[in-house]
Amino acid sequence: MRRILELLERDAQLRPDTIATMLDLPVTQVSEAITAWETSGAIRRYRAVIDWDAVDADVATETVTAFIDVSVAPARGVGFDDVATRIARFDEVRSVYLVSGSQDLRCTVTGTSIRAVSDFISQKLSTIDRVRSTATHFVLKTYKRDGDAFSSPEPDHRLPVTP
Amino acid sequence: MKALNSVIAACPPSGIRRFFDIAAEMDDVISLGVGEPDFVTPWRIREAGIYALEHGYTTYTSNAGLPRLRELICADLATRYGASYGPGDECLITTGVSEGLDLALRVLLNPGDEVIVPEPCYVAYEPCVAFAGGTPVRVPTRWEDGFAIDADVVAAAITPRTKAILIGSPANPTGAVQPRAALEALVRLALEHDLYLISDEIYDRLTYTGAHTCLGTLPGARERTVLLGGFSKAHAMTGWRVGWICAPAPVAELCVRVHQYTMLCAPHVSQLAAVEALSGPDADVDAMVADYDRRRRVFVKGLREIGLDCPEPGGAFYAFPSIRSSGLDSETFADRLLHAEHVAVVPGSVFGPSGEGHVRCSYATALPQLDEALVRIDRFLQDIR
Repeated sequence: MRRILELLERDAQLRPDTIATMLDLPVTQVSEAITAWETSGAIRRYRAVIDWDAVDADVATETVTAFIDVSVAPARGVGFDDVATRIARFDEVRSVYLVSGSQDLRCTVTGTSIRAVSDFISQKLSTIDRVRSTATHFVLKTYKRDGDAFSSPEPDHRLPVTP
Repeated sequence: MKALNSVIAACPPSGIRRFFDIAAEMDDVISLGVGEPDFVTPWRIREAGIYALEHGYTTYTSNAGLPRLRELICADLATRYGASYGPGDECLITTGVSEGLDLALRVLLNPGDEVIVPEPCYVAYEPCVAFAGGTPVRVPTRWEDGFAIDADVVAAAITPRTKAILIGSPANPTGAVQPRAALEALVRLALEHDLYLISDEIYDRLTYTGAHTCLGTLPGARERTVLLGGFSKAHAMTGWRVGWICAPAPVAELCVRVHQYTMLCAPHVSQLAAVEALSGPDADVDAMVADYDRRRRVFVKGLREIGLDCPEPGGAFYAFPSIRSSGLDSETFADRLLHAEHVAVVPGSVFGPSGEGHVRCSYATALPQLDEALVRIDRFLQDIR
């Protein structure tokens, strides 16, 4: 069953009957398992992985991404959780992690411009109670994201017919 | 001008070559004719090769190959199959199984010795026997039996001149995995008639329906078996040209003797990359094998759905469907399919007479391409019916 999820994680467009053939399982078992995961929320949703840098400029909207390291004063009883949850609620915030090292939270923030992201950090994020400081790193180029390399794939170097 | 070598001149060029020439001219060809992985060598192995180049490992190695690599190969065979070969005197590194096969045959054969070659088989087997001064003796296998070698048929082909039996399992082109019982029967024949066994196990890691049987581990087989293996298929390293021979010391020693004068050593950089292949984590091989297996199931099911009988291929990355329902011989089928639908397959007849009525389809191709190939083959079949 784990293998069904691994296949979907790699290619969400695989049909249940193809998955069933690949894993030598009954189609109904695969369909039912997927439905159950969708219902329970184990499968959150299906979406495309888009390299926006590769999309034509007239179609793509400018998106700026920044990693922000946040230093937080922890509080008795809640640690960092309340501040982290508060940050995570903003739509501009794509991810929030509690990390080891000199800072406490690492966040990913996106916006339509550097200005928009900067304003968000200075006006919304930095002003949250117990946020002591922030360090912002704007993304200049994406080489790989979540296991997907964003360089153009190498052509097939094999000869068309070989022994 | 005096005549060139008559044995080599008499050897026909590989039947695969003609299809390569036609397919190379087409730009939208879907090739199921490729006998190598569609994966690129895992990055950790390529990185080790780059590191070796950067640090100047551009020299010869010892003739038998890097001691560390031989230790790793023997240890891997021991863990995986329980085989016991000594890295010092029973193992040498070759430039692929191709060289290993050539060395084994040259070392085993005297002029006129016969080698029994069950077919359909890899295209190089018979020519290599002939080049080594031997006579290949074909023994048929039947797709109704899953291309299992029948020891009785082999026994009937044995003469006083028979020196060895040459086996490839899992097999190119059929994808067949020899059942353990069939191999045991061959070992009994070898003992009874004092024959050598040459076992090409290049596809050993690519098995899907059961564990691989290493011929050298069967009772009584070790002393008369020359085991050939390599890195091309499991680690997607075809272009690195690195393989190995494991054999009893007297055989291995003579193999090194030919190798030292003809090849000197396998490429140093490739040997170091192979060290990484065997010493690093193995998850990349398992992932590739799992991926082949998924495509195998989808492709074989697809072939059956468009009306081509296809025996279950237990290993390698080939399906070998019967095309008898088309009414065409395999050469005509492959030729017309290529011209009409731009799908390249290899006619089964180039692998021996028992391959007639089949075509070899490699499923080491991306899934969307396999799907499209099935659509085109289906259209082709309907057009000719």
